[in-house]
Amino acid sequence: MKKLITLSLTALLVAAWTVSAFASEVVVYSARKEHLIKPLFEAYTAKTGVEVKYITGKAGALLERIKAEGANTPADLFITVDAGNLWHAAEEGVLQPLDSAVLTENIPTHLRDPQNRWVGLSVRARTIVYNKDKVNPSELSTYEALGSDEWKGRLLLRTSKKVYNQSLVASMIAEKGEAETEKIVKSWVANMPVAPFSSDTKALEAVVAGVGDVAVVNTYYFGRLLKKNPDLPLAIFWPNQQTTGVHMNVSGAGVTKHAKNQAEAVKLLEWLSSAEAQGKFASLNMEFPANESVKADPVVAAWGEFKGNPMNVAKYGEYQAAAIKLMDRAGYK
Amino acid sequence: MSESLKVHTAGETLSPPRRRLFRLQSPGWFAGAALLALVASVPLLVIVGHLLIPQQDVWQHLAENVLATLVANTALLLLCIVPLTAVMGVGLGWLTGACDYPGRKFFAWALVLPFAVPPYVFAFVYLGLFDFSGPVQTALRAAFPSMGFIDIRNVVGVASILSLAFYPYVYLMARSAFMTQGRTAMEAARTLGMKPSRAFFKVALPMARPFIAAGLVLVCMESLADFGAVSIFNYDTFTNAIYKAWFGLFSLESAAQLSSVLAIFVLIALVMEQRMRARMRFTEAGRSSQAERLKLTGFGKWAAFAASLLVFMLAFAVPCIQLAFWAWEVVGPDAVRYVSYSVKTLSLGLTGAAATTLCAMVLAFAKRNDPGHVMTWTSRIATLGYALPGTVLAVGIFIPASWLDAALIHLVSGVTDGKVSPIIQGSLGLMIVAYVVRFMAAAFGSVDSAMQRITPSIGEAARTMGVSGLALLRRIYLPMLNKGLMAGAILVLVDVMKEMPITLMMRPFGWDTLAVKIFEYTSEGEWELAAIPAVVLILVGLVPVLLLTRQSEK
Repeated sequence: MKKLITLSLTALLVAAWTVSAFASEVVVYSARKEHLIKPLFEAYTAKTGVEVKYITGKAGALLERIKAEGANTPADLFITVDAGNLWHAAEEGVLQPLDSAVLTENIPTHLRDPQNRWVGLSVRARTIVYNKDKVNPSELSTYEALGSDEWKGRLLLRTSKKVYNQSLVASMIAEKGEAETEKIVKSWVANMPVAPFSSDTKALEAVVAGVGDVAVVNTYYFGRLLKKNPDLPLAIFWPNQQTTGVHMNVSGAGVTKHAKNQAEAVKLLEWLSSAEAQGKFASLNMEFPANESVKADPVVAAWGEFKGNPMNVAKYGEYQAAAIKLMDRAGYK
Repeated sequence: MSESLKVHTAGETLSPPRRRLFRLQSPGWFAGAALLALVASVPLLVIVGHLLIPQQDVWQHLAENVLATLVANTALLLLCIVPLTAVMGVGLGWLTGACDYPGRKFFAWALVLPFAVPPYVFAFVYLGLFDFSGPVQTALRAAFPSMGFIDIRNVVGVASILSLAFYPYVYLMARSAFMTQGRTAMEAARTLGMKPSRAFFKVALPMARPFIAAGLVLVCMESLADFGAVSIFNYDTFTNAIYKAWFGLFSLESAAQLSSVLAIFVLIALVMEQRMRARMRFTEAGRSSQAERLKLTGFGKWAAFAASLLVFMLAFAVPCIQLAFWAWEVVGPDAVRYVSYSVKTLSLGLTGAAATTLCAMVLAFAKRNDPGHVMTWTSRIATLGYALPGTVLAVGIFIPASWLDAALIHLVSGVTDGKVSPIIQGSLGLMIVAYVVRFMAAAFGSVDSAMQRITPSIGEAARTMGVSGLALLRRIYLPMLNKGLMAGAILVLVDVMKEMPITLMMRPFGWDTLAVKIFEYTSEGEWELAAIPAVVLILVGLVPVLLLTRQSEK
């Protein structure tokens, strides 16, 4: 009887067996959206013949899926946005250390996990965008100064539920400690004329409409909006140039601990970090390449040179929970 | 043998209530229902299980800083949505179901169409139209330069959006109640000299109350589980707090604690509904569709027309026109790929609907055979998934499924020496199970209320003639349940097609649906791009929705 059960189960398994053991392929779980990765995967398959299978989803849900699948996970590569998400995946033990000279060469240290479990693949700057008709750039200086009285009723922010803001506040905690950061966040909250927005785009559109005069957003949202309508009275300001530098975040990837196609996954990751892929990877979303030997897209480069914060992005993960609690306390919705 | 039989019979006649608890009429059906309840409660148990892991600091933080707001916001939202959907659903259901006025035939089915529009689509369309930079406020400011900014991202805004999305639940239920019972009763009341308005409040409305309550419970559960619309409006409810605790604070434990509080809300709603239902018996009152419609005249006629038109415009025409405009701006030849997404969306919907309706029928039949507290609670538990946020439910199913997979693989790995892929996880089957758990309430509501309208004496009569079990179901009940089953299946079909979080997390490779595409674009704030899959989803959803109206028309 037991034999019969085992046999029928085997038959079931063979039927459900994917061809992974035979063809060259890499399986990717990606929180980066399909339209931002598919062209690269297609190019990679055309070049190497290696098939890239992927599903997209929310970072947290995909991570839970990898965790639940455990040793049986089909995922080889986990791509996500925001360093906090990458850090957390590593902390949860679903990623394995990368031993790749190519990656170390291509990606600067502060955009990589100190323990090499993930690497950044594109860089996004979270900066200040202002209404040219209402703000003289000389009024602007730092993120912190947006809490001062002169910005009362003029500051627009996205919701604190978005991981980008959590990372921004986390980086401030790492620099200044909780007490000072909480004061700053409270002063931001006091300066907002309306409740926080659900997206950066909505915040920017509200700046155009005149609800407020400045917003803190990722540069590519600004880029997208201007691409649609170049006449908008919006401009970028690079804050904290005399102090810590502009807050930088990454989208990045790591190879899963139980990857079935570990070698292929590393190869794909190396290719994504190469000069050949980096330009396209970044410019699909108007981001900055993580590989410093690659020039940014002309549209992006036109926003000007600036000093980025050299803090290792892994710090954002460490302080993320503290940042969320702090924003809750400060009444930042 | 005959001895023991006699003893049982004697026991039964002495204390019939005890019999219900300890000896079931049909243990087979009960076992099926119990199994369903078990599967449905697994995700909840997994979540509640995390309550046992102490997580003092996070919980304390939540209790001090966010819990009061959450409870107030959630309660306030329900307090707005319930009367809004009740007025819209009952009013329109009454007008199209029992009255006659210009356009009545058109509105009868047109007012069901909003069912095809997912709540998150309503949310991004209306925010696009009415927020600060939207065309409405821009035009108003141009006309009246002194006008300030109006923020629609508050409880009134969210409640209005969700009411537009969810009122069809009440509308369908109320309308069918008025059509089958109200008109006959109204006729009787009027021949006794009651004014139409008095007859409505004194006779028709009380008779339709259980149906209205059933619709409202669905509305409440959907509202509690909604994530998309409240996120777009940045309105804090339990759902987005659960997400934040889970994926932001990385505390599954406190997410579980919040989910348990949410589950209490749901249980309260269910118990209240049961109370309302318990007072009534509602078996069919003869050949009701023969009764005369109430002919509206003068002002009433046009007021009815205006009200129907207004709701139709707001809940369907306006969002569709806006989406069509957006989609037109960005549509290109690559839109052909949406054909394949539509096929997948539809096949998932059909499979999910078939499976869910089948399970709902088992549940309703078991309840019919063994009415009593045990079955009432079994069916309550089996339908609880409707109010759980999709992601919470998905994770709650995923964790035990992976245990099962690991065990299976362990068992098999002795035989095969190669690599083994997971069997259950990431399979379509598991996703269908999740849909069944999530949408059981929608199907069960229709099937069960259809079942309740069949006089119990029919089943008893059949039994005395020796028809029981499957034969009883097939020969007596199925033909009579036909309508309820179809209605339930279509409801679930549309619900599955609109479903986002479970599909996002559990789908196998290559099973991207239209909702998944909408998520990808809206989460990046690309409303115009999201409009294409949204338009396609509405178009594909229209077919079943029209079927649903046909069904309720018969």
